[in-house]
Parts: sequence; C-alpha cells; structure tokens
Amino acid sequence: MKFLKQGWLVLVLATVFGVGLAAVDRALGPKIAENQKNETFGQIANLVPGGSAADTKEEIVAGQTVLKVYDARNRHVGWVITASGMGYADAIKALLGLNADATKITGIYILDQKETPNLGSKITTDWNKQYVGKNVLPPLTVVKTQPTKENEIEAISGATISSTSLTDIVNKAAETFAKNLAAETK
Amino acid sequence: MSDGPAPLERFWNGILPENPVYRQILGMCPTLAVTATMKSAMTMAAATGFVLICANIITAMIRNQLKAHLRILVFVLTIATFVTIADRVLAAYMYDMSKQLGPYIPLIIVNCLIICRCEVCASKQGVWTAICDAVGNSLGFALGLASMATVREILATGSWFDIHMFWLAGTPGEKFRWALMALPPGAFLTLGFLLGAGNWIGDAMAGKKKAQAA
Repeated sequence: MKFLKQGWLVLVLATVFGVGLAAVDRALGPKIAENQKNETFGQIANLVPGGSAADTKEEIVAGQTVLKVYDARNRHVGWVITASGMGYADAIKALLGLNADATKITGIYILDQKETPNLGSKITTDWNKQYVGKNVLPPLTVVKTQPTKENEIEAISGATISSTSLTDIVNKAAETFAKNLAAETK
Repeated sequence: MSDGPAPLERFWNGILPENPVYRQILGMCPTLAVTATMKSAMTMAAATGFVLICANIITAMIRNQLKAHLRILVFVLTIATFVTIADRVLAAYMYDMSKQLGPYIPLIIVNCLIICRCEVCASKQGVWTAICDAVGNSLGFALGLASMATVREILATGSWFDIHMFWLAGTPGEKFRWALMALPPGAFLTLGFLLGAGNWIGDAMAGKKKAQAA
C-alpha cells in the first residue's frame, strides 16, 4: 500500500500516456509506412531503366524481400534490392537497381545516411552515378586518382572511408543477391 | 495565489532577459547540431516548443499531486510521451525533414531546457503561468536557433531558408561556400561569437542603466 500511495501518479500517467501513444501510432503508423514505401517505389524508374513502379512486385529471394521490376509491357527488366552496412558515422542504407540477371548495376539511391555534411554526405549526390553501369563481378574497388579500370570508383576527396564503405556495401549486397538468385533459378 | 513571477513576466523573461540559448545556456545539443540550415533549425524549434508547452501544461495540472522524490521521473515520462508524438507526426507529414533531423528529434527528451521549465515554473505555478512561460521560452529558443542558423547557413551556402542571397553570384553551394560553417567547428565558432556578442550587449545595457540611475 505504501508503494501505491507514493507511486500512483506515475502508474496513472504511464497508463494514460501509453494508451495515448498507442492511439497516435495506430493513427500515423500506416502513413509512415506508406511514406517509406513511396520513397522506395518512387525511385524504381531511376534505379532500373524502363522500370514501372505500378507493375513492380515484391518477391522473396533466399529470405530477402526484394522488388522484381517489370516494365510497362510486363517484361521483367530488373531488381531493386536494399543494401546496408556501416559507413563512417552511422549505418548507410541504399537501394540498388540491378538488371534482370543481376550482373550489372543499373542504379543506386541512398535511403539513409549520417555521413559528415559536405564531405561524406556527397555519397548522395551525382557522385554515386559512378556505380551505374558497373558489372557486379569483379568487385568494385576505390581509387584516389582518375579510374583507369572498369571496376574502379573514384573516392570523394576528404571522404575516403565513406566512399570505400559504400562501395563495400554495394559489392556485398549485389554479390550476395546474384549468388542467391542463381541458386534459386537453377 | 501562487508565488513567483507573474505570467507576463515569465513570458517576456523567456524571450530575452532569460533567453534559453544565450542566458540560461540550455539546450546546447540542438543549438549546435541542427543549426546548419534555417529549415532544420525552425523545425527543431517548433518540435521543441510543442513538447515544452504540452509538458508544462501537464506538469502544472498535476503539480499538487507530485511527490518530491518522484517528480523528475514524472517530468521525463511526460516529456518522452510528447517527444514520441512529435517524432511520429514529423515522420508522417514531414518525411524528408524527419529523415534529415534523424536522431535529434528523439533527443529532445534530454533537452534540459524542458525539464528546467517544468522544475522551475510549471511544478510551482498555475497552468496559465506555465503556458506563458513555455511559449516565452519556446520563442526565446527559436530566436536562439534562428540567430545561429542565419549566420551558419548564409556563410556555408550563401542562402537563407533555401532562398539564394542575391548578392552572392552562382548557385548555392557552388561559388560561395565556407564549408566549415556547416560542420561542427562552425557551430562552436558561431556559438562562441554570438554568446560573446550577447554578453557584450547585455553588459553595455546594464552599464547604461546604472549610469542613468547614478
């Protein structure tokens, strides 16, 4: 009884606030999930050339939820997969567009990053167009000078770690998915 | 009648004489972290203001039931609830801004400005005084963030509220850019100079008053 006398206000408030928050989440949860989905679907046309967001379907390949991208005439043109891993400051989350047999990168979009503003955060700019058109294998490497080989990416000056982190994330996600896809279709 | 400053005095004190950023030196985390651009600074000021006003109202309403040794717990519980609401609302209706501010919205919970106002004003005075105090301090906090963000955004990108300053030729971020101001050192430098200027003006005004009285 002594505890109730002391703590009743905390208990009452916790209950009231808990119910209130549940209500807020119920009201706003679907809208937030929709925002996130819209962001992903809004990028499909940029990630896979000819891709149509309306005709794209979610599919599970080796336990990973990916988007199977079709064009307007219902031909399978590519895939959108999520790639994430540790960057310089925090986790980087990206969307990766691949062609139909997952051998070529057709697009990249950074969903979430907290790299240093104006340095590492340049991974969200046109700098990342370097990845577009690259082959999944051999793995991409980062160089600090003008790239000479097909699989080389030029680092952002002042943000080598962000550049290599993103490249590793892209390599790992693309290779894993290509391997899984080959195993499933065999 | 409750003792302590009157509602209007609380309101005015929050804006200038006891400005949260320049006089109370509270809420330094958002002051340094989200003032790289006006847009993010004003979103933060609005979210903090919402939490502060709601927390002050609830605290003032339950102030007679508060147990002294449990009061901080109740404050944090109240603040955390409204911060979560603010975070969800931003994620639902201002998705881009919510992504940009990242962890700083949840971090409003540990903004000591809010717990300070609950402790100093709302837990001792009535609801009306608490509202005036919260609004005053919110405006003061917004003023503090705005002053920081104005200096930093103009120096770093040549724009203000994403509006390009006409006397700085070129696209924002291209021809005129002092990248340091968008980075953490720029925040510390700006805060140092603005605090110094604030203190200097405050001293000068106090000196003038003294001279008039003599």
